[in-house]
Amino acid sequence: MLAAQQRPRLIDERGLRTDGRRPDELRPIRIELGVLKNADGSAIFEMGNTKVIAAVYGPKEMHPRHMALPDRTVLRVRYHMTPFSTDERKNPAPSRREIELSKVIREALESAILTELFPRATIDVFMEVLQADAGTRLVSLMAASMALADAGIPMRDLIAGVAVGKADEVLVLDLNEAEDMWGGADMPIAMMPSLNKVVLFQLNGTMTPEELRQALELAKKGIAEIYQLEKKAIKEKFVEVS
Amino acid sequence: MSGQIFVMDQQVVCPGDLLAEGDFEIPWSPYIYKESNRYYASVVGVVDVKNGTFTVVPLKGSKYWPRVGDTVLGMVEDIELYGWTVDIRAPYPAYLPASSLLNRPVTAGEDLRRYLDVGDYIVAKVEVFDRTTNPILAVRGSDTGKVTDGTVVSISPSKTSRLIGRNRSLLNTLMSMTGCHLMVYPNGMIHMRCPSSAQEEAIKGAISLIEIEQESRISDLTEKVRRFIASKLGETNVSSSAEA
Repeated sequence: MLAAQQRPRLIDERGLRTDGRRPDELRPIRIELGVLKNADGSAIFEMGNTKVIAAVYGPKEMHPRHMALPDRTVLRVRYHMTPFSTDERKNPAPSRREIELSKVIREALESAILTELFPRATIDVFMEVLQADAGTRLVSLMAASMALADAGIPMRDLIAGVAVGKADEVLVLDLNEAEDMWGGADMPIAMMPSLNKVVLFQLNGTMTPEELRQALELAKKGIAEIYQLEKKAIKEKFVEVS
Repeated sequence: MSGQIFVMDQQVVCPGDLLAEGDFEIPWSPYIYKESNRYYASVVGVVDVKNGTFTVVPLKGSKYWPRVGDTVLGMVEDIELYGWTVDIRAPYPAYLPASSLLNRPVTAGEDLRRYLDVGDYIVAKVEVFDRTTNPILAVRGSDTGKVTDGTVVSISPSKTSRLIGRNRSLLNTLMSMTGCHLMVYPNGMIHMRCPSSAQEEAIKGAISLIEIEQESRISDLTEKVRRFIASKLGETNVSSSAEA
């Protein structure tokens, strides 16, 4: 449907975006932990219209045994989009893109989880995109990070991430679908904020070095905001009543 | 030992929360992560700050991290030639050599099913465990061996400390109110012997109450459990707990 449309104006005369946000404004975020009974840990992460559910199993014994690593945990990660997540039915078979994103997310999680604590074991992470509206890889990664916290798996830090892009030559935070499709650049970045380390960094499109520097600053600001929301979501479950 | 602690006693922490900076002599824990001279929490948990040191007690986690010397209750999963594979709710399967239970060498071809069958519960000590080997169990002492009576129930291993409570307060409340005898093992298994099934059901209800409990303070939890048991069994048993 969108493909048939004409390229819309992404920034209006008041400097606001297609969904009425300012360029440095995030979409509304909702985080819920422990949403699945059978998984060791689970979470739903919503960012605007993007909605992802994640489930974690383990650490557990690795089968087949020869695939286990003697010094650390093997992470098996599946990023998948449900057939009903897009405006036209998506074939449920894993696509090239989903396999690649699974790898990118796995590598990000591997740098956060203390994998050396559980040698010879495995941790399974499943992410299902329930609704896609740009930024699914980061929302999936954050959902996985929250599900891992829910499972009580030791990690260095929670992961927070946001995309910065260019819409009508203006740097914008947290792209939506229209900006993702028509914008000049899309740069997803995920970090472990309290350690100040980057775990995922990609760039589609073009940016000047100066734009990249500004985009990084903008992303860091958004990440700090998301990080606080993540912590709040966890701590809210353990309120001290007096 | 020198440095600064940034968290308060009983504070809830998330992975990545800075706990302290400096040099502390704290026992190794999977729940604390050290980078250069900064200590971070690695799980969702409650901090215990005492005498200038700190530990993190996890609030989440369905797996038990085996520690040498712990007495655990496990279920027999498989029978091998010279011993049993036991599920102790760790990421790794535990092995119990038959010679340890029988107190004699095993003769080849002996049917070990006669002593322990799949599905039987066994109390044993963790004898050996490190990064390279799966836990090996041993039956030593009077408080170990096959579980022959009572009921076995389970709770998340991370919730065992809450079930016991500070100075065993919650556990003592449970036992004195119901007249049951409870043994709580660090891997989240609970062995109970009750005078009747009514008490047993009350304990089971109380345990599932603790399992879903989100409050971080134990005193409130004890009161909640006390009210729950009283409503289940009537007020008659409550008076006896006041003396205990």
